[in-house]
Amino acid sequence: MMNIYLFELGMLKRSILIWSLAVSLSLFLYMAFFPAMSANAGAMDALLANYPEEFLAFLGMRPDLPMSSLLGYFALTFGMMQIPLAIQAANYGFHMLSVEEREMTADFLLSKPISRKKIIISKFLASLTSLTIVNAATWIASIVALLMFKGDSVIEFGNVILVLSTIVLFQLFFVSVGMLISVSIRKIASVISFSMVMGFGLYIVYGFKSLFSNKILAYFTPYAYFEPAEILITGKLDLVFTLLAVIIIIGSLSFSYLLYNKRNIHSL
Amino acid sequence: MNAIEFNHLTKFYGKVKGCEDINFNVKEGEIFGFIGPNGAGKSTTIRTMLSLIYPTSGSVNIFGQDAIKYGSVARKDIGYLPSEIFYYDKMKVIDLLNYSASFYDHDCSARIKELSEIMELDLNRKIQDLSYGNKKKVGIVQGLLHSPKLLILDEPTSGLDPLMQQKFFNLIAEENKKGATVLFSSHILSEVQQLCHRVAIIKDGNIVSIQDVKALKHDNYKKFTIRGVNLDHGKFEIEGVSELKEREDKVTFFFKGDVNQIVKIIAKLELTDIIIEEPTLEEIFMHYYE
Repeated sequence: MMNIYLFELGMLKRSILIWSLAVSLSLFLYMAFFPAMSANAGAMDALLANYPEEFLAFLGMRPDLPMSSLLGYFALTFGMMQIPLAIQAANYGFHMLSVEEREMTADFLLSKPISRKKIIISKFLASLTSLTIVNAATWIASIVALLMFKGDSVIEFGNVILVLSTIVLFQLFFVSVGMLISVSIRKIASVISFSMVMGFGLYIVYGFKSLFSNKILAYFTPYAYFEPAEILITGKLDLVFTLLAVIIIIGSLSFSYLLYNKRNIHSL
Repeated sequence: MNAIEFNHLTKFYGKVKGCEDINFNVKEGEIFGFIGPNGAGKSTTIRTMLSLIYPTSGSVNIFGQDAIKYGSVARKDIGYLPSEIFYYDKMKVIDLLNYSASFYDHDCSARIKELSEIMELDLNRKIQDLSYGNKKKVGIVQGLLHSPKLLILDEPTSGLDPLMQQKFFNLIAEENKKGATVLFSSHILSEVQQLCHRVAIIKDGNIVSIQDVKALKHDNYKKFTIRGVNLDHGKFEIEGVSELKEREDKVTFFFKGDVNQIVKIIAKLELTDIIIEEPTLEEIFMHYYE
């Protein structure tokens, strides 16, 4: 079992490196603009005040956590970083159980003396390891950037930590739902198009939810479950949404497990 | 003892039949041929033995154990060579073989070296740079490296040149001498005849006949096509001739028996052309059903 885990992790090496660097560097770069922006805070706030509140909400801005404040700016940046985090996790979800059939290596792996149960677990753990490394890179980049660019602001790190700790559930949501979709359909021709649609698509749903302040739409998108601005203002996670995320994750993983165990692997 | 026991194994893909009521045994130490045209259900049957697909009903035992319920245990003893070979492209051959070996309890490195020398396989090349025939060789080494007690070969010879094919056959015969049971699926009758002790013939998902290869050789039909002039005189209507079609300038028929009889008849004729060939599998099948 260890051999599959290490093999799969080896296959993800490049991916881990690229995603960790991409997410942490872009987060860091965005945050680097904060000092310049906060210097003109008055002008910026005045400008934004001209826009309707719904439009600002669509962009992820809240009047009670202005963009000119450090945490307001961080909330925006983090919200943007959620998109690549989602795409990466969805990518692994769609990829891990479907790759063998797409690249025709299923006959090799599944004819070995190992149960599918162990294959799923090994592959899932390899993906989870990879996601955790990217998660850790995001934590480090966020904390370092906040400390470096805070200027005169005083940061309450408790809430920031709470925001960062939602990454793991957020990633698990995308990876597990991706897995479930990948084993529910006959074949995934292109993983990246599936993960892009899922990552961006749910973000757009989130945008509409904010634009129309639609409470029902919120249930359909994990971006609404873990809104950084909301967490930074209230200092707590929404119990219903968090619970819903956990249920969806456990449900998707269980069904993926059952379906993959029963799946017929066809020849060409 | 039986190496493989099929018990009424049936697989339907929705309403489409994959195979139906497969019910035969392969004895330990046997080389058993499994022949039928493409799409007859050979691969479906084989994939069920490896739990790549799950049967609709029935079961298959391998060395006395249910191969579907206890698949991961059963597969310890199986070496499998799929008909189409695909591996992780970016890997080197040796890394793939080592990964393959890591699934088995014992050390296979000596065997990897030995087999790749026999098959003349370069271990340090990347898989994506290999030709089809060379990929096939990787498959062969990969299927044999753990010295399995049961070898399942699904159309193994396509893409191998005749020399390599012979080496491969020798390898299989050697494994068999050491005690390995072999299930050899093919749509080429001659290679099955060369290697196998018994054959099962599958058509449209059903086993239609199980034969001793000796008996099958006895049934060795030849297909004659003769061209010339004034041929429609009924001289070929002798014992052992079937499917006789006579025209003035062309005669075709199948013949089973002492070929000297035919040669004697032909010797007296003025011919422009003669073709003597193995009947195709489809033509053999025709004989089984008429």
